[in-house]
Order: sequence, then structure tokens, then C-alpha cells
Amino acid sequence: MLVLTCPCCGITAEETEFTNGGEAHLKRFGPGSDEADYEAYMFARKNPRGVHFERWRHAFGCGKWFLAARCTTTLEVFGTYSAQTLEPPADIIAKIKARRPEWEGFQ
Amino acid sequence: MRRYSVFAIAREAMRQHKGWDRAWASPEPKPHYDVIIVGAGGHGLATAYYLGKNFGITNVAIIEKGWLGGGNTGRNTTIIRSNYLQDPSAAIYEKARSLYETLSQDLNYNIMFSPRGVMMLAQTEHEIRGYRRTAYANALQGVETRFIQPSEVKKLVPIMNIDGPRYPVLGALWQPRGGTARHDAVAWGYARACSDMGMDVIQNCEVTGVESVGGTVSAVVTSKGTIGCGKLGMVVAGHSGHLAEMAGFRLPVESVALQAMVSEPIKPAMDVVVMANTVHGYLSQSDKGEMVIGGGADHFNNYTQRGSWMHIEETTRALVETFPMLSRLKMLRQWGGIVDMTGDRSPIISKTPLGNTFINCGWGTGGFKSIPGSGWAMAELVAKGEPGPLAEDFSMYRFREGKFIDESVAAGVAH
Repeated sequence: MLVLTCPCCGITAEETEFTNGGEAHLKRFGPGSDEADYEAYMFARKNPRGVHFERWRHAFGCGKWFLAARCTTTLEVFGTYSAQTLEPPADIIAKIKARRPEWEGFQ
Repeated sequence: MRRYSVFAIAREAMRQHKGWDRAWASPEPKPHYDVIIVGAGGHGLATAYYLGKNFGITNVAIIEKGWLGGGNTGRNTTIIRSNYLQDPSAAIYEKARSLYETLSQDLNYNIMFSPRGVMMLAQTEHEIRGYRRTAYANALQGVETRFIQPSEVKKLVPIMNIDGPRYPVLGALWQPRGGTARHDAVAWGYARACSDMGMDVIQNCEVTGVESVGGTVSAVVTSKGTIGCGKLGMVVAGHSGHLAEMAGFRLPVESVALQAMVSEPIKPAMDVVVMANTVHGYLSQSDKGEMVIGGGADHFNNYTQRGSWMHIEETTRALVETFPMLSRLKMLRQWGGIVDMTGDRSPIISKTPLGNTFINCGWGTGGFKSIPGSGWAMAELVAKGEPGPLAEDFSMYRFREGKFIDESVAAGVAH
């Protein structure tokens, strides 16, 4: 069972209280952008086997969005953090490196 | 390859069954093949089989990380149907269903295809309208389905409670020629036929890299060494994203766990397949007597091959209301498989940005039913380098062009 801690309200709960919002830190390509960029933004996903950054919403709690770093093969959660960031904060990166030394880093 | 027949059984009975050959060989990889298929599940083996049968290409290796048919081919609920709304879907799934009808004879291997009929329950007004529309679409596509009333549902499945307080059965979409097959036997039968044509089925051989020269694939790096290839077919379902990254491109695919379970075996109680999409429960009875139950997919990316507990609860809760007798059954086993979901819930059979490299993925939660049709279409794509009529709408570039084959809207759920 997946257990997450909402960084907005501090509550720790299991997955039925949250909804997943897909891959985090996507760069938005809007109207007027290159077609390949727009397609990649809309559809192409990293879908990694291992460390994954993703969006979650505390749907049956405070209702706010946040981001999480999680392993897709073990469901280990490395940490959750504010959605108001363009890339994972240094403390989250350090936690992942400590648990997954072979990880190539955020790209 | 010795043919399996009643005479073979009689002959072997006379000599303590000592004359049965291995069904397929387990060779070491050669340095080079015309075509390498990565993934010896149903779809990969079917692709290889139709490459040989339809196009005479037999210098083929099928490489498998684990064991043959050990992924989703061995983990599904074995339902075969073709009652889809969109024309390209109906065409390929109906091709698959019709190939299943004679597959035991074609492969000389009993896949235990049982066209017992598949019903999809309508439990809301929305579903009634949706399934009536599908029935009309199927009539135009030449797929035999019809919308049946609750009284007929009750007649076909006496153990069903059609007056449930939450989800009464308001009718069903009935496909009498749908059914089930023995999932392992499909992989084994194809593997035996491929091996017989001189193809190499190489198990316990993990692909760790893809090599290319001038934008065209030249070899795959594996745990058993580097193997050269003229063409490469990637047929690895849930792990497609991982393999595509090795080949240098991304896919419009995300992987999630989908789970199923079986009960203890009981006497025959239900001789059709029932699907209830609103409540996410799929039920059929296996030849051994187990009730085979499929549930919903997880809502977040994962490769855990077990699935979330909440989906077991959701599925059993729904099924116990519709089939009250199930509440007395113990569950024997529960398992999960990694399914690759596309944005429009339709598969991908496509050329890729890497030359002479082709991909077959995105079957999501409905791969088993499509194995022969998928293999047929993929073999044509690999052999000719261009998609044939079955595959042309399933390009991975359809997302760029906005030409979705939107079965997620058609069904209201992932399926």
C-alpha cells in the first residue's frame, strides 16, 4: 500500500485519500510552439522503472496539489514537496541519492 | 516436430510416454538474425509465427528476459471479445477473435478456445445508450453482437442478482462468439510452431541496450552477448517505455499494475463470461472450476506486479452484490501484471524514430484477446516496413496528428 504525506497539511494517509496527476516538472508548450514539442509535452512520458517524480492531489483531504518522488518498482516514497517548484529540491535529491546511489539524477 | 494427434497419444500410451519431444528448442543465440523480436509473450511469439507463416522470414530470434509467456500472457483473465466501438479496433480485435477460432488446428496445439459468449452488463442509463450504440456499430463492422434485456441476462447467468440495490442489471451487450482460451497454451503453441520453423526462442536473456548505425538499428546488447539484427521488433508490453529509452525515444505510454484473482474451484456455476465495467469486475469460470476475477488498474505509474489492495476491495464489493453466492468463496491467488496504457487506450503498432525498428505496445488491459491479430499486423509491418490495413491507424504518431482511436471514451473505463 502506498502511503504519502501531504506537504500542504502535513497529514500522512494511504493512497485512497489521494489522486495521481501524472508526471511532474513537465515544461509546457502552448499555442504557437513546435509540433514535436507540443506532442512531447502532451503525450510522451518518461515512464521510468525506478525513481519517478509525479503530481498528486490530496483529494479527500485539504484538496491541494503537491509533488512526490517515488520508486515505481518498490513504491518507496523518497519525499513529498511543494508543487511551486520547477525542479526537485536539493533535500529530496539527496534523499534519493542516499537510497539509490546508482540513480542518474533528475533530467 | 512430431504432430500431436489421437494416434500420437495411442502410440505413446504403448511405450510409457517416453517418446514425447521437447515442445521447443532452447538454443544459444547466433551472432546475427534477420529479425529480432524482443519479448516472448503472446504478442511477440505471434509476430514471429506470422513472419514465418505469412512472409517466409524464419531467420528470427525471439528474446525473453524471463521465461516464455511469464509476463502478462500468463497473468490475464483470458477473455476474448471484439465488441469495440471504433472501426480500427473492431477490425483488429475481430481478426484476432476469428484467428483464435482455428488456432488450435493451425498450431497443432490445443489452446482450449471456448467460445462461450461474453456479456458486458449495462448497469446505468449511460451504459445502455453506449452499448446500444456499440451494437449498431458492430452490425456495420460485421461483428456479431446484440443488446439483450435483463430477462435474457438472468436466463444466461442464473447465479446473477439482476435487482441489485446499487447497480441493477438493465441489459447487456452480448457477443455470443466471444469466450476464453488457455492463456499459457497460446504462448506455448506459438513457441512450438516458431521453433519448428527454425526460429530461436531464447529465454533468460535480458536486453540491456540497442545499438544503431546511422539512425538504423544494428544490434541488441543482451545478457548473452551482442546479437546483430537486420530488423528489430519491440513487443514488451509494460516495459516498452524502458526499452524505448534504450533505443533513444519516448512513448505516449505509462505503465500501471492491473490485478486479478481466482477463487477456490467449485462445480460449474456459470458458462459465459461476464464483464461489469461500471463496477470494475470481470468474472468467468475456468475449466478447473475456479472463478476467475479481474479488477481495476492502479491509478499511478508502477512496475510492482501486485497492485493496490483498494482494487481488490472495490472488485469484490461490486461482484458480491451482483453474484451473492461469491461471498462464500475463498480466494486462492491474487496477482498483478504491468500494463502499458496509452492516452486513448488503444494500442500502438508502429514504425519508430529508429530505422528498421518497430514497436507493438499499448494494449493496456486488453492484450490477451488480441494476440493473433496483433501478431498478424505486426508481422506485416516488420516484413514490409510499412503498416498494412490492420495496423495503419495504430501508429504512435497518431497523437501528434490528433487521430485518436478513442476507446476510453467509448467504454467509459480502461479496458
